[in-house]
Amino acid sequence: MSSSRGGNGRGGGEGERQIHVLAVDDSSVDRAMIARILRSAKYRVTTVDSGKKALELLGLEPDVNMIITDYWMPEMTGYELLKRVKESSELREIPVVIMSSENVPNRINRCLAEGAEDFLLKPVRPSDVSRLCSRIR
Amino acid sequence: MESSDLQRRYIDFTSTLFREGFLDSQYTQLQQLQDESNPEFVTEVVTLFFQDSEKLQDDLTRTLDQEVVDFKKVAAHVHQLKGSSASIGAQRVKNVCMAFRICCEEMNREGCLGCLQQARQEYFLVKSKLETVFRLEQQIVAGGGSIPTMW
Repeated sequence: MSSSRGGNGRGGGEGERQIHVLAVDDSSVDRAMIARILRSAKYRVTTVDSGKKALELLGLEPDVNMIITDYWMPEMTGYELLKRVKESSELREIPVVIMSSENVPNRINRCLAEGAEDFLLKPVRPSDVSRLCSRIR
Repeated sequence: MESSDLQRRYIDFTSTLFREGFLDSQYTQLQQLQDESNPEFVTEVVTLFFQDSEKLQDDLTRTLDQEVVDFKKVAAHVHQLKGSSASIGAQRVKNVCMAFRICCEEMNREGCLGCLQQARQEYFLVKSKLETVFRLEQQIVAGGGSIPTMW
């Protein structure tokens, strides 16, 4: 699933390939936050505001190395997006991280059981992200 | 020297904001994410918060004004407002949202209206204080000084 991306002028990233993260959140404030946090850790970031748009993008250009999504979104929740990703033969290897402002154990367990890589409580901090990105290589 | 005068005013003003609970440590996180390659990060995110919040307050007013109130919808708007205020460290707004959530769960329209009014007050307070912070920062920079880091 990894495509070699020679000559990406933006630099950053460890080694020859920059890790591409797809961030999904309906909140413009949180999109700006997560994008900045990820970029400051040298990841390439694409942001979308819905699960639907995330799936569209994944269908077109699956060079995404990780998905980080808010749980609570109108129309399609992060959990539903997670399920769709894990049900797809092309996408299921992509690690999915769920973010939520609510610490609901049932919810966390359900997401992890469905194959989520991790579950982060919002507001997300740089230390949360560096912790999990170091596991996803 | 005017610059150090402004800097002192800035330090006093922002310390007070933290001490009085208008802002919490999440705001400091925002400041720490700002650097030479992202020099406007804080004002950009805060501006998004202003836009988002004002729209949500309008949505809340409209939703609570209906003959039959859809409390699920109210709760969804409150959840969003709570989320974005938490994300920028607007602690008092966030706290009002927590009480607001409870009124939604209780399907208490009067309670919700009271919370909305409080949320609006806290929002406008923090907005004007943040605008003062940004203005002071601009003045410091215009005077050739550097903005004191508060951490």
